[in-house]
Amino acid sequence: MKPDDFDYVSRLLRERSGLVLTRDKAYLLESRLMPLARKRGLKGLDDLMMALKKRDAALETLVVEAMTTNESFFFRDNKPFDQFKSIVLPNLIKARAARKSFRIWSAACSSGQEPYSLAMLLREESARLNGWKIDIVGTDISREILDKARSGTYSQFEVQRGMPMALLVKYFKKKDENWVIDPAIKSMVQYKELNLLGDLRGLGQFDVVFCRNVLIYFDQPTKSKVLNAISQIMADDAVLYLGGAETVLGVSDKFKPVPGQRGIYALARGDGASSLGAPPG
Amino acid sequence: MKSCLIVDDSKVIRMVAKKILQEMRFETEEAEDGKGALELCQAHLPTAVLLDWNMPVMSGIEFLRALRAMPGGDKPVVVFCTTENDIEHIQEAIEAGANEYIMKPFDSEILQAKFAQVGLIDE
Ligand SMILES: C[S@@+](CC[C@H](N)C(=O)[O-])C[C@H]1O[C@@H](n2cnc3c(N)ncnc32)[C@H](O)[C@@H]1O
Repeated sequence: MKPDDFDYVSRLLRERSGLVLTRDKAYLLESRLMPLARKRGLKGLDDLMMALKKRDAALETLVVEAMTTNESFFFRDNKPFDQFKSIVLPNLIKARAARKSFRIWSAACSSGQEPYSLAMLLREESARLNGWKIDIVGTDISREILDKARSGTYSQFEVQRGMPMALLVKYFKKKDENWVIDPAIKSMVQYKELNLLGDLRGLGQFDVVFCRNVLIYFDQPTKSKVLNAISQIMADDAVLYLGGAETVLGVSDKFKPVPGQRGIYALARGDGASSLGAPPG
Repeated sequence: MKSCLIVDDSKVIRMVAKKILQEMRFETEEAEDGKGALELCQAHLPTAVLLDWNMPVMSGIEFLRALRAMPGGDKPVVVFCTTENDIEHIQEAIEAGANEYIMKPFDSEILQAKFAQVGLIDE
């Protein structure tokens, strides 16, 4: 691929999705765009670039989608989900006792494993949540991956990564070679196409935000812009979960780490002691 | 050191599993059917058992039931690793006292994820 073309696509990606693509990733760009060119009946990358430079919006979207990394798995890293169950959930049950409702957001939910893990976890705790109204909202920039999330259909390989077998037999049915999630779990999650770089306010306010393994693809200014925007749609005592390789430190002063809880952040404007992430003490 | 007993009638599978488990710093032992595995367990109990289902002489599920009936036999963490991939088999394994279940084909990523889940290794 010509250096000019690389720069063109990398600028497009940065503007549209925040993805930072350095020159050493040119091979990745080529290997992901070739199948796209073929699907479109184009001869090769040069033809694809020509079409792209005509500012074909649909094609731009496809390029953005082709370059996103959608890897995800159920109960990814385990610990955040254990922590949610043992600390945040009991805190929520106390703090929201009057209105008996709370809202969770899986920002960058990819193919749905994260919101479905939360839905299963909450279903397992349903004895304590009788009469509660719980919203789980999953958003992602990629329409294609959201279609997969909505289908709730996973390969054997996908259901094995991280899912305890007890939950697999309880909440999945086998269909041919795939596993399909229980409609009752599926209906607990609402999916929406959303760019984290855009306006987030239409989503309403959240008590718990999972924004994991997406900021790593952004540059520093984009990370802080997104974190600041997220902070504005969180309740004062709400918590934010980031991925294992992500942090707010040096990126956004809207958040502070919850002491002793790796990967979990409270709002700087809230008072630490009443954060939903604070161990009951 | 943690130990894992690998029970599978395929020598190739035992070799693959052994390599992965040794990288995870497990001491490994091998048996090619349930009967051989039971004899090893009678001599001493491993921390974990990676268990195939279909084997000659004594199947994995028969071994598991016998193990769980032994004194101290509730201790080893048993992870099935089998081509049986339907809900009925998984259910039967849970009822017989299996801790986790891997559907073949597997790789080191799946094995590690499952072992982490049942607390055999840290992540
Ligand atoms: C690696 S996945 C993370 C999935 C899940 N949160 C997890 O931790 O397993 C990253 C996801 O971020 C999405 N993504 C990338 N840029 C985005 C943006 N600007 N707005 C919303 N989603 C974006 C991608 O489409 C992809 O599905």
